[in-house]
Amino acid sequence: MSNREPKGPLDYARSTPLRLWVAMVLLFLYLPLAALVAFSFNESKRNIVWTGFTTAWYGKVFDDSDLITAFANSLTIAALSTIVSLVLGAMIAVALWRFRFPFKPLVDGLVALPIVVPEICMGVAMLVFFSRVLPWPTDLPWPLDLGSIVIAHISFSFPFVAVIVRARLASFNRELEEAAKDLGAGEWRAFFDVLVPHMRPALIAGALLAFTLSLDDFVITFFTAGPDTVTFPVKVYSMVRFSVTPEVNAASTLLMSLTVVLTIIGLKMQGKDMAKAGNG
Amino acid sequence: MSSAGSTQNWRQARGPFALLFGAPALWLALFFLVPLGIVWAYSFGRPTGLTDIAISGTLSNYVRASSPVYLGIFAKSIGFAALTTFLCLIIGFPIALVITFASERGKALLLLAIMLPFWTNLLIRTYALMAMLRTEGYVNTSLGWLGIGPLPLLHNNFAVTLGLVYVNLPFLVLPLYSALDRLDRSLLEASLDLGAGHWRTIREIVIPLALPGILSGLLITFIPALGSYLTPDLLGGPDSQRIANVVERQFKRANDWPFGAALSFILMYLTFICIAGQGLIARRRERALAA
Repeated sequence: MSNREPKGPLDYARSTPLRLWVAMVLLFLYLPLAALVAFSFNESKRNIVWTGFTTAWYGKVFDDSDLITAFANSLTIAALSTIVSLVLGAMIAVALWRFRFPFKPLVDGLVALPIVVPEICMGVAMLVFFSRVLPWPTDLPWPLDLGSIVIAHISFSFPFVAVIVRARLASFNRELEEAAKDLGAGEWRAFFDVLVPHMRPALIAGALLAFTLSLDDFVITFFTAGPDTVTFPVKVYSMVRFSVTPEVNAASTLLMSLTVVLTIIGLKMQGKDMAKAGNG
Repeated sequence: MSSAGSTQNWRQARGPFALLFGAPALWLALFFLVPLGIVWAYSFGRPTGLTDIAISGTLSNYVRASSPVYLGIFAKSIGFAALTTFLCLIIGFPIALVITFASERGKALLLLAIMLPFWTNLLIRTYALMAMLRTEGYVNTSLGWLGIGPLPLLHNNFAVTLGLVYVNLPFLVLPLYSALDRLDRSLLEASLDLGAGHWRTIREIVIPLALPGILSGLLITFIPALGSYLTPDLLGGPDSQRIANVVERQFKRANDWPFGAALSFILMYLTFICIAGQGLIARRRERALAA
C-alpha cells in the first residue's frame, strides 16, 4: 500500500525501532496468555514441559460441577446486572442531559463516584451493607441467592453506561425530537422512536462494558458473596491459591474465548450502527 | 456539554423528570452512598464485641493509621503505584505514537491488539503471569536451559510491579493515543523542518501540547494501581502488602472493621486528592492558554 511512498518525517509508524518496540510490547502482553492457552492442551499435569496434545482438561472442566455452577452464576449475574445497568444508566444520562435542576453538579459528581472509588472501598462497603443493613437470606432458590452480588454489580456498572450514553447524547440534534413532536408524536413516541435509536451505539457499547465488568469483577464479589454463592473469578481464585493446574488453564481459555467473541460481536454491531449513523 | 438554553427546567416537566431521575438516584443513594456512609461512620467507632461496633466519634483509628507501620505501607503503595505509572508511560508512549501515525487499518488493528487483553479477565491475566514467573515457570525453565537461575521472580515487589504494568498498560495507551491524535500535525512538521530533532520535538512540542491528555492518562493508571488488591495478593510476598491488602485483612481475618474502615477512607481521600490535583492543573493550564 503506502509502503512505496517515501517515508515522511512524521512516519513514526514506519520507523523500525518503534516497530520493534511495539512488537516487543505485544509479545509481553500476549505471550503469557498464549502460554496459558497452549498448556490447556498439554498432557502433563506439571504445566511446564510439553508432553503431548490432549483435550482431557476440558473434559475435566465440564465434569467439575462446582466450576460449571460458578460459571453459570457469573453469566447469570452479568446478564441481570447488564439489563438493569443499561436501563438505570440510560435514564440518568437522559435526565442529566435534558433537565436543569438544583444541585445538578453535585448529582453529576455523585453519579461518577462509583467509577473512581477504589474497588476495595466499594467491596468493604458492600460487605458491611449486606451484613448489617440488608442481610441477604442464604436459603433463597437460584437465582435469587445471587441478588446481593447482582445489586453490587449494578451499582458499579450503571455509572459507566451513563457516561457512555451521555457522551453520545451530546451529538443529538434536538430539532429532530421537536420535529417528531410537531408531527404529533407524544413524549413517549418521541423518546422511543427518536432518542433511543440515536443512543443505540452507546447502549451497545455500554451493555458490552457492563457485561465485561461484571464477568471480570473479583474484589467486590469476593466481599459481597456469601460462602455458598461462588462466581467464576472467585472459584478460579481459590483454585489458583492451591495450585496451578491445567484445569484452570482450560477454564480460563473458555472464558477468554467467550470474551473475544463478545467483543467482536459488539464491535461489529457498533460498526454497523456507526455506518448507519454516518449515512443518516 | 449542553448550554442552559437547550436544557429544560425540571419544574416544567415534573412527570418525565421524576420518571427518569427517580430510579437511578434512589439506586445510587441506597446501594452506594448508604453503604459508603456506614463505612465512614464505622471509621469513627471501635469494636465492642465480635460483631458489635460502637460509633463513638473517636479518632483513634486514624491515629493508629498514622503510626509508622501503616505510614510505611501507604508510602510503599504510593511509591510503587507511581513507579508503575511511570513504567507504563515509558512503555506506552512509543506505542501511542505509532498508533497515531499508523494507517487507518493499522490503527484499528493495533487498538484492538492493545484492548483485547484489557477485556480479558483480570484474574486470568494475573494467573497467566504467575505461570510465567514461578520458580518452575516458563521463564525460569528457559533460563535453566541457558544455565542461569532459577531467579526469584514471583512473590516479591518485582512481580507486583510487573503485574501492575501488565494489567494497567492499556489504561494509559488509550488516553495517550487520543491526546496525540488530536495534535495539530503541522506544528510537528514545522518543528522538524526548522531543524529540531525527534527527541526535541517530542519534548518541546508534543508533550506540552498533549499534557492534559497525558495527565488524565497518568491519573487513570495511578488510581487503580494505588488501590489494587488482587495483583499484590497473588504476585506479592510478605513484603508486598499494599493498602488494599491491609484493608481486606482488617475486614476478614483481623475482624477490626472500624480500623479497616478508616484505612479504606484514607485510600479514598488519596484518590480524591489525585483527581482534584489533576483537575486543578488542567484548569490552570486552560486559564494560562486563554490569557
